Amino acid sequence: MLHILKKLTPALALAALVASQGPAGAQAPGVSDTEIKIGQTMAYSGPASSYGVIGKAEAAYFDMVNDNGGINGRKINLISLDDGYSPPKTVELTRQLVEQDGVAFIFQSLGTPPSTAVQKYLNQKGVPQLFIASGAGKWNNPEEFPWSTGWQPTYPTESAVFGKHILQTNPDAKVAVLYQNDDLGRDYRKGLVDAFGDRFEDIVVGEATFEASDPTVDSQIVSLQASGADTLVLAGLPRPVAQAIRKAYDIGWKPTLYLPSGSSSVSSVLTPAGLDKSVGAVTVGFLKDPTDAQWADDEEYKAYAEWMDKYYPDGDKAEFLNAFGYAAAATLVKVLEMAGDDLSRENIMKQVESLDDVAVPMLLPGVTVSVSPENHSPIRKMRTMRFNGEKWEIFGDLIEG
Amino acid sequence: MSMTIVPAAARSVPLRPATRRWLLAAVLVVALLLPFVLSDFRTFQLTLILAYAIALFGLNLLMGFNGQISVGHGAFFAVGGYTAAILMMIYGVPYWATVPIAAAVAFLVGFLFGIPALRLEGIYLAMATFSLGVTVPQLLRVRAFEPWTGGVLGIVMDKPEVPFGLPINQDQWLYYFVLAFTCLLFALGYNLTRGRIGRAIVAIRDQPLAAASMGVNIALYKSATFGISAGFTGLAGALATITVAYVSPDSFPILLSISLLVGVVVGGLGSAAGMFFGAAFIVLVPNMAGSVSKALPWAIYGLGVIVIMYVAPLGVGGLAQQVMARLRRPASGHGGGKEQ
Repeated sequence: MLHILKKLTPALALAALVASQGPAGAQAPGVSDTEIKIGQTMAYSGPASSYGVIGKAEAAYFDMVNDNGGINGRKINLISLDDGYSPPKTVELTRQLVEQDGVAFIFQSLGTPPSTAVQKYLNQKGVPQLFIASGAGKWNNPEEFPWSTGWQPTYPTESAVFGKHILQTNPDAKVAVLYQNDDLGRDYRKGLVDAFGDRFEDIVVGEATFEASDPTVDSQIVSLQASGADTLVLAGLPRPVAQAIRKAYDIGWKPTLYLPSGSSSVSSVLTPAGLDKSVGAVTVGFLKDPTDAQWADDEEYKAYAEWMDKYYPDGDKAEFLNAFGYAAAATLVKVLEMAGDDLSRENIMKQVESLDDVAVPMLLPGVTVSVSPENHSPIRKMRTMRFNGEKWEIFGDLIEG
Repeated sequence: MSMTIVPAAARSVPLRPATRRWLLAAVLVVALLLPFVLSDFRTFQLTLILAYAIALFGLNLLMGFNGQISVGHGAFFAVGGYTAAILMMIYGVPYWATVPIAAAVAFLVGFLFGIPALRLEGIYLAMATFSLGVTVPQLLRVRAFEPWTGGVLGIVMDKPEVPFGLPINQDQWLYYFVLAFTCLLFALGYNLTRGRIGRAIVAIRDQPLAAASMGVNIALYKSATFGISAGFTGLAGALATITVAYVSPDSFPILLSISLLVGVVVGGLGSAAGMFFGAAFIVLVPNMAGSVSKALPWAIYGLGVIVIMYVAPLGVGGLAQQVMARLRRPASGHGGGKEQ
């Protein structure tokens, strides 16, 4: 008897947990007159756990919205689960969110591989996979995946902007590129190939790769210097980018530096690298860097700081990713406001696709959000910025990638 | 002897064959009915648990029965998973045919790895297997292999269709598919450990010198056990990958290897049935821990492991057998024969 019990216990426990779901009706599952339930997978543990603050910031933003009465009387209930950046776990938890917790849609789930793992499932089920927190270019594919959209500018867009800028300012540039050996690095390469076209082989005189887990990138920088390049594109995460800036300076190499938007924070990249060593670096941006003194008296920054104090006091105001989560959550709130009382999945997706030059707090002046049935890459406008030793100075016009 | 592992099986009190047969039949009937009771999501989760149970049983053959330690079995899980994915999506092999091939490939890798590992014991073997566990996910990212592995972005797979026009859905079909393999492999593994080969494997763990003097070829048996263990785990990796329908290097972090280790110990070294508990533990407890606290999920998970080790030092399988032995003793005197 005990043997049976022993083998049955997990099954019974599972059976007891089965939740029954009522019919959805016109509204999406998870939507009632008082609540909109939405789901998310996030890396609160594991190799990408530093990005977990995005989920915390978003939850804190929705707390603020709910305290102010919610959206059309509905409070946002964000269920954010830890997948540890492991795709099989993402699949399991996403199915739990959709089939058991009954969420209306998935919002800002983190990472390229985890989101790839559930993209097919969500699209087959017709569940919106909104504003994926990943810079991969692949989310903009509405023909095959009409229910998926990215949010931030994609890596290929960024590097294509760099490529164009290099061609404009220094037509005879000799470019060296340091790539992180993952989707970020590959996508960056793709953007440069697009920008340089046939001349890629002539312009790019040196390429080197590194693993995100490598302790240093010193040897790559030394070999890239030997290529005789006068321009250096650093396609990596904040730590290796900071190390690369410092190493190049230390060996007496002074190329024009191009930094990815995600690795351009004054506090977490340029300060450790050395502010004096970073002078003249170029980046593209879409968000106000909360550590940049030029925004100290900005109304949007002040509202952000107030929100941090009240709803997210243990968070770090200077953390770029908190501003990121704040702006992403604000984007979603705009969509839900536009959707009004028709919160069917179809209408939510329709409202996303009708975002047209919508301003969102904490985005740089002129940068807006636009989605259409043909283009699922919401933030395509960026500003080129140059570091003056103290802060990022915006120069040139808005660039649309 | 390199370590003092007291496997649960060493203390087990075998049931009478007839009782055992009835029990197994009853469990099987319940297992067959479950997908009609459970939601699709729970069926999917249970399918993953079954696949992990096979992986744990494979690791248990090595650790519980043979006394060797592996802290890198996630590598074989990855080898199996990638073999299935590559065969399916690049070479067009039907999904069911990829499973035995994945097992064979993992067996070969495990057997070959077992040969140099023979020289290593205890903590040194643990280190060697650990390095295997951290190496494989990196190799999967290497650009030269990208035409096959898909690099960091991995391989998106098609979910198997329900065959023969059966009136069930894909999740239910996958559950039965994996359940069939589970039955097959547990029967295989169980018979293996009960026979001549099994006695030799256990003898190497308990008294290597005596085993050698009795004519057991220690080198061969040790690498073969490593290979079989890897084969089981690789097969499980293929099943899990087919179930999830996606594979990438991030699917197999070193944490997976550690989880497998935890699952075996929680389930009970040397226990077969305990592996289902171990598998349920490693799949479900992280989720529960995450819902208790977002800040400290792994601390809660760790606490769970410590509690289990305190309450059931021989794992859940060992605990159940102890309880049963105590219950049966008054009725049948010594409670059945001794094993081994």
